[in-house]
Amino acid sequence: MALMRYRDALRQALAEELRRDQRVMLMGEDIGVFGGAFKVTDGLLEEFGERRIRDTPISENTIVGMGVGAAMTGLRPVVELMTINFSLLAFDQIVNHAAHIHYMFAGQATVPLVIRMPQGAGHQLGPTHSHCLEALFLHIPGLLVAVPATAADAKGLLKSAIRDENPVVFIEHEALYGVRGEVPEDPEHLVHFGAARIAREGSDVTIVGISRMALTAEQAAETLAGEHGVQAEVIDPRTLRPLDLQSILESVRKTNRCVIVEEGWPHGGVGANLAALITEQAFDHLDAPIRRVTGADVPMPYSKPLEDIAYPHPADVVSAALAVLEGAPAAGAGRR
Amino acid sequence: MATAPAPLPDAQLAREWLATMTLIRRFEERAGEMYARAKVGGFLHLSIGEEATIVGSVRALRESDYVISTYRSHGHALVRGTPPANVMAELFGRIDGCSGGRGGSMHMFDLSRRFMGGYGIVGGNLPIAAGIALASDQLETDEVTLCTFGDGASNQGTFGETLNLAALWRLPVLFMVTNNQFGMGTALGRHSAVTDLQRKGESLGVPGMRCDGMDVVDTHRVLAEAAARVREQRRPVLVEAVTYRFRGHSMADPEQYRSKEEVARWRERDPISTFSARLLEEGILDEDALAGIDAQALAQVDAAVEFAEASPYPRPESLYDDVYVLDGEVRGTYTTRRSAAAPTGDRPGAAVNDEIPQQLTEALAVGEDGGEPLREGS
Repeated sequence: MALMRYRDALRQALAEELRRDQRVMLMGEDIGVFGGAFKVTDGLLEEFGERRIRDTPISENTIVGMGVGAAMTGLRPVVELMTINFSLLAFDQIVNHAAHIHYMFAGQATVPLVIRMPQGAGHQLGPTHSHCLEALFLHIPGLLVAVPATAADAKGLLKSAIRDENPVVFIEHEALYGVRGEVPEDPEHLVHFGAARIAREGSDVTIVGISRMALTAEQAAETLAGEHGVQAEVIDPRTLRPLDLQSILESVRKTNRCVIVEEGWPHGGVGANLAALITEQAFDHLDAPIRRVTGADVPMPYSKPLEDIAYPHPADVVSAALAVLEGAPAAGAGRR
Repeated sequence: MATAPAPLPDAQLAREWLATMTLIRRFEERAGEMYARAKVGGFLHLSIGEEATIVGSVRALRESDYVISTYRSHGHALVRGTPPANVMAELFGRIDGCSGGRGGSMHMFDLSRRFMGGYGIVGGNLPIAAGIALASDQLETDEVTLCTFGDGASNQGTFGETLNLAALWRLPVLFMVTNNQFGMGTALGRHSAVTDLQRKGESLGVPGMRCDGMDVVDTHRVLAEAAARVREQRRPVLVEAVTYRFRGHSMADPEQYRSKEEVARWRERDPISTFSARLLEEGILDEDALAGIDAQALAQVDAAVEFAEASPYPRPESLYDDVYVLDGEVRGTYTTRRSAAAPTGDRPGAAVNDEIPQQLTEALAVGEDGGEPLREGS
């Protein structure tokens, strides 16, 4: 194990897979000479050269579409989009083509493409650079969706994604790039898709945290234990497609209470979907309504005090967990 | 347009071009009839009138080159050698269709013949074409990718983005804009500020050429020259093939945007009858041989319809097949097929809500042995 930042773990995954497989190549805006907007790809150009580390023009839809075509004909491209908001420019290629080609052409072609992108609030980047849109991708059959919260998972999931035959939307979090964690150094260390991480065991309430919110949930669990004598079980699904629903259900059957924490919007969100699944599968085990803690239902504001209250913090999760434990009815779809 | 007619190829090739154009024509006519009889669903876009652009361009390629097209792509499958039976079966939504009945008219595909698909999104195939060429470049082959699209697609963002990138990275893409004078029902002069489409790539570093898309010989001549430039110089070229669609945009088109006289004028330049006349005139064919070519095309189309009628529909149990590739190194854990008991009633495709968690949980039950990961039922 080695202690390293989330961004360095991602870079290590890319470098190892670039060394392992000549078909792997990277495309993206300013990933080469500039080193990547968030420095994930820093130094890769020097080691692998400009044919495999390709700086692209600002043409998101075409970059992703080229990744689709190249993946269909023998390469394993990894495309970086500078933020998840920019992926909206590429939605045509991601949905109509990357996700559908294998099915639409009855399995004749595969699209082993990875599309990396960071999401998340906290840097005052305002309404076009700060959102959490994993729910949009969760919606789409044909895609795999990863949302790593730790450095180890960032590395292990990215390596798995590159080796997978399916198109993967790989969602990083801007606020996590500098966070350190222990990372296995074995170049064959993979984290399998569809296997949740039990971040903390507990018996009183299940807290499911998505992307960065897995860490927020862990912080909340510390407070719950230290200040309220509540033992929360924290689950980080790590991938949303496929989803390790079984681990979540097992936990809910044990704790009988559930809080879902996500940074994205409440309506049609990851938590809305997950709450439906839990209700359908484990209704009889629930002692209280599931409660969701989500981002506020607004475009992300720039001003710091507003931004701060537009996404969940540990205190919000603590409140929700205590409310669920009291059996109080949920107050609706908002975060408070 | 060529001022003097381009020289004919040798007699055998000329006959093959005519036979293939005739097959496409007869196939499209029959597809239209089958649509009218509700044998074919969805949209049906016919390429009648555009046969020379299809045959002239694809015959200028090697078999190892790639072809990628649009939602008007029955002819591209046929010219690449996909049996008419499998193209017709696709229109009928049958299991023997070239896309297994999953794609329909707009989404033909034949990987074995390097026909990389018809695509339903206008302009959506251009980036994919550049990606295919990128793979050719990266893998150091000398393949060329022919990317065809309509005049309407030249206004999409992907046109500018892709031509720029292909020129910047010197990718071997042969772009061909099939200018059939209309983006659906909007005439060229009403949808494009620059109507000289061969020049539309100039500011993006892509040189333009033009061919008479009603003349298979001229189309072949220009595309062969363009393909050689792309292959040898490793840079994209944009060819404008000037043509006309004789039928509506799709079968659901009242054609209120053009006059019967305009259509009649273009029909005088019908690519099949003009080429037939030339072959007769130059003694390559006689009337009997010409009739034989037509009879053969009709027989192929008859057989295709018979085959498509007999081909079964995809089984309801196959609904979830191929959503994901299940043999990757990352094992298990994908959406899987529904239970065998589930598809009841007359709408087998309708999702049953309580199956969703089942699919997801079933996915989790996949073993670690890397073997067959799917289980029927629960």
